[in-house]
Amino acid sequence: MIWNETKECMSRDEMETLQGKRLVKIVDRIYHNVEYYRKKMQEVGLEPGDICGLEDLSKLPYTTKEDLRVTYPFGLFAAPQSEIVRIHASSGTTGKPTVVGYTRKDIEIWEECVARSFTMSGVTRNDTVQVAYGYGLFTGGLGAHYGAEYLGARVIPQSTGNTQKLITMMKDFSVTAIACTPSYLLHIAETLEEMGDLDKICLKTAVCGAEPWTEKMRKQIEEKLHIHAFDIYGLSEIMGPGVACDCLYHKGLHVNSDHFLPEIVYTNTLQQVKEGEIGELVFTTLTKEGIPLIRYRTKDLTSISYEPCECGRTTPRLSRFKGRSDDMLIIRGVNVFPSQVEAALLEMAGTTPHYLMIVDRQGSLDSLEVQVEVEERFFSDEIKELEGLRKKISHVLKNAIGLAVAVKLVEPKTIERSMGKAVHVIDKRNLIG
Amino acid sequence: MKQLSVFLENREGRLEDVLEILKNRNINILSLSLADSSEFGVLRMIVSDPEEGKKALKEKEISVRLTDVLVVRVPHCVGGLQRILVPILHEKMNVEYLYALTTTKENAIIVLKTSELEKTRAVLQKENIELISAEMLLDK
Repeated sequence: MIWNETKECMSRDEMETLQGKRLVKIVDRIYHNVEYYRKKMQEVGLEPGDICGLEDLSKLPYTTKEDLRVTYPFGLFAAPQSEIVRIHASSGTTGKPTVVGYTRKDIEIWEECVARSFTMSGVTRNDTVQVAYGYGLFTGGLGAHYGAEYLGARVIPQSTGNTQKLITMMKDFSVTAIACTPSYLLHIAETLEEMGDLDKICLKTAVCGAEPWTEKMRKQIEEKLHIHAFDIYGLSEIMGPGVACDCLYHKGLHVNSDHFLPEIVYTNTLQQVKEGEIGELVFTTLTKEGIPLIRYRTKDLTSISYEPCECGRTTPRLSRFKGRSDDMLIIRGVNVFPSQVEAALLEMAGTTPHYLMIVDRQGSLDSLEVQVEVEERFFSDEIKELEGLRKKISHVLKNAIGLAVAVKLVEPKTIERSMGKAVHVIDKRNLIG
Repeated sequence: MKQLSVFLENREGRLEDVLEILKNRNINILSLSLADSSEFGVLRMIVSDPEEGKKALKEKEISVRLTDVLVVRVPHCVGGLQRILVPILHEKMNVEYLYALTTTKENAIIVLKTSELEKTRAVLQKENIELISAEMLLDK
């Protein structure tokens, strides 16, 4: 089934005409409502009249997370505060969160995009959907919740944390679909297996996102739980989950391109790549009122295909994500930058000791270990003091990045330096392929 | 008395590395204790030349420091150690660690670190308990 056939199955010409019209309108909106964008356009000698359609897109400057940071909290909002009905925020590179705001219409569009995504995954109003993303400032929980409700499904706002309780409800309420991070779903599957309850659930579908995962992991989930698993993509800057989602054919994630205009560019030159080539994904929001972003660099690496899909949809498809062009890590759905760890250690110690972040997937859950070199000034010869130091570092890091961190104290100079520069991250999760 | 304290990761060969460095500088180890947790350990040593030992280890980028400790002669009799610890306890101080240095027929010598070292020194002196200086130990 297709939720919105008119939009999702439009011919490419029609879609580009629609996108062009919407682009002209959104550029006009930001020029007149957002001082920051107006200045940015003026700097390159652009006026709204210079943007007449899609062909003028490349004239527009890019937007980055840094732009959101310097305009914190509301500097990029294009609607008056009275029209904003919801605020979400995600972690930023320097401790300041990235703040986004939604008008009533933005929320409605978001609901529809998530409903389209769930429909793509075969979820209907006859399903009972357990939303096991974190609820709160993170867009995952509420985004999936409102979308599933809009679709007409029964929604259980489970949130994360208590897996036993989640499983009890999954069994007792005959849950047929779940929305959560893929690693959490694997954890649920393993818990079910341990309890010997794998055959006591009615789950058919899982719509998973908010962290990178592999095709292998998707198949693993499907085999273990005897369900269909789908990849949903989104980022709070653009909207949240539902920017793109994969369909029954699993040949890439369909972008809701009537609302989000995708481009793929070379990270170095920022020139558009040829269709099918890998580059950085860039989005322009075409209908956003609260915080429209022009050519926002997601830092996610992927390729795009405009071939119509076997499912009948004509919307462009993104290939599986190949990684990031910056050093951001996504661990259990949480964005983590090495710079956050660095800043926290700096605050605690005065200068930054050498550290190494090791991201791993033990069983099915992501784990983060931070190794810290014990320099002379931290070194006490009492085990009690050293254990205290370890706990203090764990605590500071947990507060800074919102994740439990295993801290390991190591000897000076044991963390490898390559070319004089320290390697700060080892990601053992093997997410490519 | 200065004790040489070294931070070690709890893995193969690390203790050996430290011993090798000290040997090459002709530094004698009079006593040592190795405290371990699951991931790391602390090696505490009374050596013939603590300053030189610190320098040698530091050159090899090993985390090392000199810690003040008390070295005390304990009579080799039943309750001998208690005679030393009870006065410390009475002053509500905590013994962080202690280990034996040498044992002869009549006496044992222990190395002691407490939460308040100077106060401990005063308490022990008041009790007429013999504190041993570096000179005494090294002349031996």
